Amino acid sequence: MAGKCDVRARLLQGNESCAEAALLAGVRFFAGYPITPSSEIAEILSARLPQLGGKFIQMEDEIASMAAVIGASLAGMKAMTATSGPGFSLKQENLGFASFTEVPCVIVNVQRTGPSTGLPTSPGQGDLMQARWGTHGDHPVVALYPSSVAETFDLTVKAVNIAETLRVPVILLMDEVVAHMRERVIVPCADEIEIAWRPRPTVAPSDYLPYDAGPDGVPAMADFGTGYRWHVTGLYHDITGFPTSAPAKVDHLVRRLEGKIANHRRDITFTWDEHMDDAKVAVVACGIVARSARRAVRLARGKGIAAGVFQPKTIWPFPYEQIAEIAARVDRIIVPEMNMGQLIGEVQRAACGKCEVIGHFRVDGEPITPEEILARLEEV
Amino acid sequence: MAKSIDEYLRTQFMPHIWCPGCGHGIVLNALLRAVARLDLPKDQVCVVSGIGCASRAPGYLDFNTLHTTHGRAIAFATGIKLANPDLHVIVVTGDGDGAAIGGNHLIHAARRNMGVTTVMFNNSIYGMTNGQYSPLTPSGMFAATAPYGNVERNFDMCELVRASGANYVARATVAQARQLSTYIERAIENPGFAFVEAVGSCPTYFGRRNKLGSSLQMLETLKKNSVTAAAAAKLDPAELRGKIIIGEFYRGDAPGYIELYDGVIERAKEAAGK
Repeated sequence: MAGKCDVRARLLQGNESCAEAALLAGVRFFAGYPITPSSEIAEILSARLPQLGGKFIQMEDEIASMAAVIGASLAGMKAMTATSGPGFSLKQENLGFASFTEVPCVIVNVQRTGPSTGLPTSPGQGDLMQARWGTHGDHPVVALYPSSVAETFDLTVKAVNIAETLRVPVILLMDEVVAHMRERVIVPCADEIEIAWRPRPTVAPSDYLPYDAGPDGVPAMADFGTGYRWHVTGLYHDITGFPTSAPAKVDHLVRRLEGKIANHRRDITFTWDEHMDDAKVAVVACGIVARSARRAVRLARGKGIAAGVFQPKTIWPFPYEQIAEIAARVDRIIVPEMNMGQLIGEVQRAACGKCEVIGHFRVDGEPITPEEILARLEEV
Repeated sequence: MAKSIDEYLRTQFMPHIWCPGCGHGIVLNALLRAVARLDLPKDQVCVVSGIGCASRAPGYLDFNTLHTTHGRAIAFATGIKLANPDLHVIVVTGDGDGAAIGGNHLIHAARRNMGVTTVMFNNSIYGMTNGQYSPLTPSGMFAATAPYGNVERNFDMCELVRASGANYVARATVAQARQLSTYIERAIENPGFAFVEAVGSCPTYFGRRNKLGSSLQMLETLKKNSVTAAAAAKLDPAELRGKIIIGEFYRGDAPGYIELYDGVIERAKEAAGK
């Protein structure tokens, strides 16, 4: 967009919001493969990226698109891809590679009802655990989960920034409902938002140790072609980047990778809550279900029920501390989710028996309504 | 020769992991000599590989190097080339990595005429995993997973890549090291997607299991079985059985993806300005 930034309030579709936010955050490369309900992101970026001198490519499959994203990021571009459940499964191999080699990238997964081809394209929340454990081996990831079109904008910018600053793949989990609905978004100007880049080396190429991290656990990253001729491998590697099988070095790497996320937990944990101060019953929900939960809690308050709602916008790392604190002061937590119980496992882990935790699972391809949640709140 | 190839090696990691008598060293030497003749700045060369014996090569090379996942090197290379078209992006792959698990990426990169040079180290076998048959193991040969002889037909990679749309396609064996190096040099120079199949030998698994003799004998056999494309054109299929056709099969100048996408950027900016 040329000239002054003056268009503020815009009516955007969720996928459109994601695409526009990615551009504002500096994403200049997108590789993808057609899949509903994420396709609009690719379609919009195929038009918008070249306008900004960026690159778009539709690859031959989901695996290749994840690979191309990593390649582009290594060559210095902020890069992203978007997909849905079946494609997300295919991306897992190279997602693990990106996590292990610490290549910044963003993977949008607009979830639909699975498993397999499932219900194309009804909403479902079945990929929470895939986002965390979809690829093999211990590995760090970050996953953010918006509940509205405006939050999609905000969290997409955050996803790009976190990917860059922590050198980690960040997954933006979306619900089909959010991806396809249109809402008002106050679009910020470029100079109004914080835009982060990966840490760059400050030493001469001859002194560059590509995986020698400082106290915060994030090593500096040089772009390919800038004089730092480093080696990137999916094998265990030491601080030089070259393969090693020395047990102490292997152990050091896997612990540093987990540690760099843990070190920054507070900076990357985003949550929202309402009526939690005096709540006796809490609803913990994410994505579109948090919207229904908000409505249900307001209705319950009107009926004199001391209900509150807590929405983790950061799913991974999971906000265990916040949930533990809630569990210590409420009688009961209700966890409504559009799967057979994925979020609830983490809530139970955090609650650690301090309060009752009740699930409400819907898996018929229809969103959970406020009335359903209200009914659970009224069961005492 | 402009430079010694030692300049391009991370010699601190020698000796390499390849077996004595392996043909991969000859292919790598041919590749580095090509880079030396072209006098490419090391910072501007990016070598990308997948998984397997051949794919270990980048670790020994003093370029921007990327050792990726099995079969996916060309897809990674595509992202690199798009993000920085000034880089000379070279993919090093094997017959299992590039023709089996990575076959789809190969044909689509050729179809797009992506500005990447691919050198396939074809040793007719999965060496790193103990010698299972690959899509380039000739019919009738034995392998760890073909104890009664391979009943599958093998690809002709050069025909496949040519038919897919590549701008440059050539094949030589490690018995024609200079010719091989010349082909790799031309491949790097040629715009668009370029493919060189380097037929080598794996004495450890392919040779031993098929009683092909020493590595030197295997090299002699490659030389004896090589037929130039011109000579092959005059032979009938029966006479060509078991032969390796060598030569440049195609050299074209169709616009590559990178150049075509520059046009997309131009049109997009024009549309945005309206």
